[in-house]
Amino acid sequence: MEHTIHQYKNNGYNMVLDIASGSIHVVDDLVYDMIAAFESTEKEALISDMLARYGGQAGIDETEIREAYDDICELRDTGKLFSHDAYREMVIDFKKRQTVVKALCLHIAHDCNLACRYCFAEEGEYHGRRALMSFEVGKAALDFLMDHSGNRRNLEVDFFGGEPTLNFEVVKQLVAYGREQEKLRNKNFRFTLTTNGVLLNDEIMEFCNREMANVVLSIDGRKEVNDFMRPFRGGQGSYDRIVPKFQKFADSRNQEKYYVRGTFTHYNLDFAEDVLHLADLGFKQISVEPVVAPPEADYAIREEDVPKICAEYDRLAAEMIRRKKEGKAFNFFHFMIDLSGGPCVYKRLSGCGSGTEYLAVTPWGDLYPCHQFVGQEEFILGNVYDGIQKEEICEKFKLCNVYAKESCRDCFARFYCSGGCAANAWNFSKDINGAYEIGCELQKKRVECALMIKAAEAEM
Amino acid sequence: MKRIKTLETRNLKESAKKGGCGECQTSCQSACKTSCTVGNQSCENK
Repeated sequence: MEHTIHQYKNNGYNMVLDIASGSIHVVDDLVYDMIAAFESTEKEALISDMLARYGGQAGIDETEIREAYDDICELRDTGKLFSHDAYREMVIDFKKRQTVVKALCLHIAHDCNLACRYCFAEEGEYHGRRALMSFEVGKAALDFLMDHSGNRRNLEVDFFGGEPTLNFEVVKQLVAYGREQEKLRNKNFRFTLTTNGVLLNDEIMEFCNREMANVVLSIDGRKEVNDFMRPFRGGQGSYDRIVPKFQKFADSRNQEKYYVRGTFTHYNLDFAEDVLHLADLGFKQISVEPVVAPPEADYAIREEDVPKICAEYDRLAAEMIRRKKEGKAFNFFHFMIDLSGGPCVYKRLSGCGSGTEYLAVTPWGDLYPCHQFVGQEEFILGNVYDGIQKEEICEKFKLCNVYAKESCRDCFARFYCSGGCAANAWNFSKDINGAYEIGCELQKKRVECALMIKAAEAEM
Repeated sequence: MKRIKTLETRNLKESAKKGGCGECQTSCQSACKTSCTVGNQSCENK
């Protein structure tokens, strides 16, 4: 039987999510229990069950219970409860969909001035040689993007690494080229930069504030946590060097359009402390995420870590509500949900876009499905000069959608995570449509917390 | 409704009728880089 709703209790709120419509109801205990039994119990039997359970409590009598029953029927009849997921019949069309390239991750430098222990890029080198992207390769990449973007106007380009500030002159040249071309070709480039902060200076900050739609500033949180995982090559920590610069940078962007972005691992399962530490440093846009790692890595998140991590998300959510009430709100990326203005269902079904709408470009111009696959040569799709040459790989990525994944089809969170990370799935199951169960458990917890926060905010 | 508070949400079924323009942000790009999270993104065509 199709699971049409998801119910859970969190932080004193009784939550009911109607999965297919996206409707969210906050209910009392009576309605919560009635909804749970509604589809499996005949009306009079349900009312009599509820009367036996709740009769006499807080003025609940049969009339009240019948009213609640009628309210549930009204939600059902108006498509806000127990609604059928009719989208899965549309998936055939998704297979035929015409996709355009709309975002590139430019690996502007396969080199780094830090030696982070969990780096999937292996100190920036991506299982290969050190290299800096030339302007010519970058220019060809931007041309490729414009040529393959169809009618789409907004194009995203992330300057990524390694560490992109090691090759900042090329970043500046490419931004200038993009600005020139976007006028000629009716496009709008949204440039972004991901940096570890070591080389940040006033000039780079001013340039980014002028040109970058977003910047991602890598820091893991508390000094001891950051410095353990994010040392310089000589072993000394990076925290003291980067924190003042990140604080200045965030303020200079009016505390908007940036994220301080950390990674938590098996070694800091109390990561809520790191999030709160970053908030205490004055940052308002915070993203701290579980590490993507091969299961054998000592720092990888393990199955037995999941309960502790879920408890941390709960603790963080409750603390964020408390701080918001005190006028000290901050955003946590994974608890942010735009309930009224979020994406359409097509977007929600069709995955992250890796390998189709989103590609990564190496310093020498090879195209990969995304930054996480760079260095795994069986995933090379082509290059910026000759375009896509391995259409068959792109076709596989194109078929990624929540109904292609066994574990997503009936998951309540499928319209919020859209099937998760293909690279994670590949790492754990050697199938881009496979499942990374730990990631799924954490994603579901984050969605539950995010919706609960919305319920709490509705009362403020 | 006395015992039910419904939060304001975008009706996903309605969004299927005129959605799919593709102008929205790529899910993983520019913020998180390791996880696909679409629920927090904004529609560019609303």
